[in-house]
Amino acid sequence: MKLLNHTTKYFAILLVVLISVWAVIFYVAMIDEVYDSLDDGLENQKEIIIQAVNDNPELLNDTEFGVNNYTIKKTQVHKETKFKDSYRDTLMYMQNEEDYEPVRILESVFEQDGSYYKLKLITSMVEEDDQIENLFIYLVGLYLALILSILVLNNIVMKRIWKPFYRLIGRLKTFRIEKDDPITAEPTTIDEFNLLNKSVERLTEKSRDSYLAQKEFIENAAHELQTPLAIAINKLELLLEKNGMSIAQSQEVGSVLDNLTRLTRLNKSLLLLSKIDNKQYVDAERIDFTDLVKKMVQDFADFATHKDIELKVDAHQKLTYTMNPDLAVVLMTNLIKNAIVHGQGGKPIHIEIVENQIRIQNYGENSALQSGGLFERFRKASADSRSTGLGLSIAKAIADKYDVALTYSFTDRHEFTLTFP
Amino acid sequence: MKILIIEDEPQMLENMRQTLEREQYIVETATDFTAANDKIGAYDYDCILLDITLPDGNGLELLKELKALGKEDGVIIVSAKDSLDDRIKGLNLGADDYLPKPFHMAELHARVKAIVRRRNFEGNNQIEIGNVSIDPESRSVFVAEKEVVFNRKEFDVLTYMISNKTRLVTKTALAEHVWGDHIDQADSFDFIYSQIKNVRKKLADARATIEIEAVYGVGYKLQVV
Repeated sequence: MKLLNHTTKYFAILLVVLISVWAVIFYVAMIDEVYDSLDDGLENQKEIIIQAVNDNPELLNDTEFGVNNYTIKKTQVHKETKFKDSYRDTLMYMQNEEDYEPVRILESVFEQDGSYYKLKLITSMVEEDDQIENLFIYLVGLYLALILSILVLNNIVMKRIWKPFYRLIGRLKTFRIEKDDPITAEPTTIDEFNLLNKSVERLTEKSRDSYLAQKEFIENAAHELQTPLAIAINKLELLLEKNGMSIAQSQEVGSVLDNLTRLTRLNKSLLLLSKIDNKQYVDAERIDFTDLVKKMVQDFADFATHKDIELKVDAHQKLTYTMNPDLAVVLMTNLIKNAIVHGQGGKPIHIEIVENQIRIQNYGENSALQSGGLFERFRKASADSRSTGLGLSIAKAIADKYDVALTYSFTDRHEFTLTFP
Repeated sequence: MKILIIEDEPQMLENMRQTLEREQYIVETATDFTAANDKIGAYDYDCILLDITLPDGNGLELLKELKALGKEDGVIIVSAKDSLDDRIKGLNLGADDYLPKPFHMAELHARVKAIVRRRNFEGNNQIEIGNVSIDPESRSVFVAEKEVVFNRKEFDVLTYMISNKTRLVTKTALAEHVWGDHIDQADSFDFIYSQIKNVRKKLADARATIEIEAVYGVGYKLQVV
């Protein structure tokens, strides 16, 4: 639920309660005022009638409500003080409404020439049910009007006010630490948003700084390792050429050398990965992948033959895509090499090029590789100590960089598929 | 043959000097920009090994300076910064080759030999060893005037071994040279072994006076018999 609707919802609930309570209070107060005013009127009439009776005793015969709105009856109550004026509500048949309608009645006792008379005075009253109904209708009207105005307010005013917020959210949603510069938001007049903007700016700037620092660190570390590695490797090579070493010693040195070479390759692969991430391969040109694959298959032919694997290329179509030429070579090399290395001797490797896909299929272990983490760094399918475990993650990094999908599947053979957009 | 090594890392410099001196080159060294600048101004060299990152300047500036002086010394850039930019910049500025650190000594020899050969024999750069003669341009091999056909990888193995004749070439150095940068599998050693076997057999069949011998399982050595 959107923030705007959220506040509107609470407003709506709050208003129902508020308006209901207010309606009750208002109604009670209003009715009270109405009674007060009616009772005042009746009191006044009573005085007038008593005075009129005093002047004209004939009036004492008005025992029925007829033309008059009062009746006078002789009463047995002697003491005036024993009877206090009383106001009551009652029903009376109204000719015009053809129904019983509420009336206000005042009963009083007065003395005239030594006898006591009971005076009943009536006046027509507001119809409470009508009143409540009216009140209800008007209040519902008021409620709707309020909700409507809140909605209008939200959608016009609030939306404008919240605009910087939504813009910030939008930028955060698409923010990619490896691609974008830190977020810089436009200043607003609202303090909270300014604070938020500043915090987000600082946060993204910090994250980006540490991301860059980390990248730089990996790259620098890899670079700095090159020279000592070179010195160590070369010293051992010189040592091997010196006479007087036993065969066992030579082999020991040879094994150290192998490991240093492995370290070098690992280092180079890390550098390559960080360079891909760093967007250091900016040049791009239209690469004919069909051509590239065919050329590569020739390069790998000796190696594949050595492993008793036949490389079959099935190019139905010309596939071209814009990519850095060096990276294109690395991408295809890694995938084809992967297929050969893990391929099964005596069974072919199929490289199929269709419309927008390159599929590389090899036989091998007869079960699917765990696809989760397949392209992660330092993941190795075998305990082969000479594999860097970076080949597929480099391929993946290159594919990702150019929005090419690199996927793995297994039927009766392992298949890596490049799907070009 | 005179070679100048411009390198600020003393141990690196010492390794290169030692290995090149064994090939009977006259090796001079410079450890910083100023010293290097003085030397290239004063002398001519057959080959200059140039480190790009020097304490007091950029090696690429030296390259510019060299070209400005109209010198034709062969230049191999040796750099720990295997960046595409530097490679392209260096080659555009007239460097003959680019060798990223770390490298194998055998690779260094092969590169230096190629440069020296190209400069000294201008075009006619046939390599003669024993009764074997190789034309790197046409990639053809003659043993006692008769052509012997080597496939691509075998040819690479043979020329690399010849560039490093009588010296130990480790398996990894050979594998990397022939196979390129992308090998990282144990298979490549087996593969190299089978290539070597083929080369040996072809040489022996053609009665060549050179042979490749295995050195304690560490590498190989080409000898003239």
